[in-house]
Amino acid sequence: MKSLAELAAIREKMKDKVVLREGTTNTRIVVGMATCGIAAGARPVLNAFVEGVDKEGLNDSVTVTQTGCIGICQYEPVVEIFQPGKEKVTYVKMTVEKAEKVLKEHIKGGKVVEEYTIASAKKA
Amino acid sequence: MKELSLNVLDIAQNSVKAEADLIRICIEETEESLTFSITDNGYGMTPEVLARVETPFYTTRTTRKVGLGIPLLKLAAEQTGGDVTITSRHRDAFPDSHGTKVVARFYKTHIDFTPLGDIVSTLTTLIQGSPSIDFEFSHVTPDTEVRLDTRELRQVLGEEIPLNEAEIIRWIADYLKEQYENKKI
Repeated sequence: MKSLAELAAIREKMKDKVVLREGTTNTRIVVGMATCGIAAGARPVLNAFVEGVDKEGLNDSVTVTQTGCIGICQYEPVVEIFQPGKEKVTYVKMTVEKAEKVLKEHIKGGKVVEEYTIASAKKA
Repeated sequence: MKELSLNVLDIAQNSVKAEADLIRICIEETEESLTFSITDNGYGMTPEVLARVETPFYTTRTTRKVGLGIPLLKLAAEQTGGDVTITSRHRDAFPDSHGTKVVARFYKTHIDFTPLGDIVSTLTTLIQGSPSIDFEFSHVTPDTEVRLDTRELRQVLGEEIPLNEAEIIRWIADYLKEQYENKKI
């Protein structure tokens, strides 16, 4: 059974790590979580990023956050990637599979997955 | 919405936007019905706003002209023979007791009833997005009883570990899932 005592053990283990991490993250993954995003499937997309970042050991450099509606509801689920010194990348009509690919190729590999961006969606 | 837990997530996001610091989500099920309530201590709505929230053409946002959260919830409830009740006290009129309560009732035996779905994901999503807000969750059915109070977790974790650390989110998900597996006798 999970207990609060177990949580206390996690706390002891994490204490030093969290302090070290403050101010070191530089990539932000922002997932739209308004009614339009949620209805289009943003919840599993968000979870895929949260779990993927943790699994790949990227917690020190990448944060995953949520935002409201950014006004392009027809393209939801929408995910924006912010990296210092680079232009914002907007991915549209995201799925769990696409999130995994973005994490691997863009966040880890540094190469934008052009086919999922809003620019390609508008061309199609 | 494909599952009711997505409506819960969507409605609770309104409480987040209303600057609540405590959001209570209670789900009660009988054999025939499912009722959920979301209660917050956010800034609340004036009677004028409250009168308009059920119409799709009311929204507080500036990025688009329609707000569909409450109308979608009403549709989901009413198509099963259920209903939605919203009460609210705005902070201007009720400086010490403001907040909003949304109650939605569904009839499970109706063919148009949408299942609750992945409520654990809804909770971890809310906590991940708003780690400084407290959430009190309870889900009582004829054979299970599941509870979570982030204030208890915060007491154990102290100030330095935020609730949205991946390891904590995972613990919360497992903690809830275990309770769902543990049936009442």
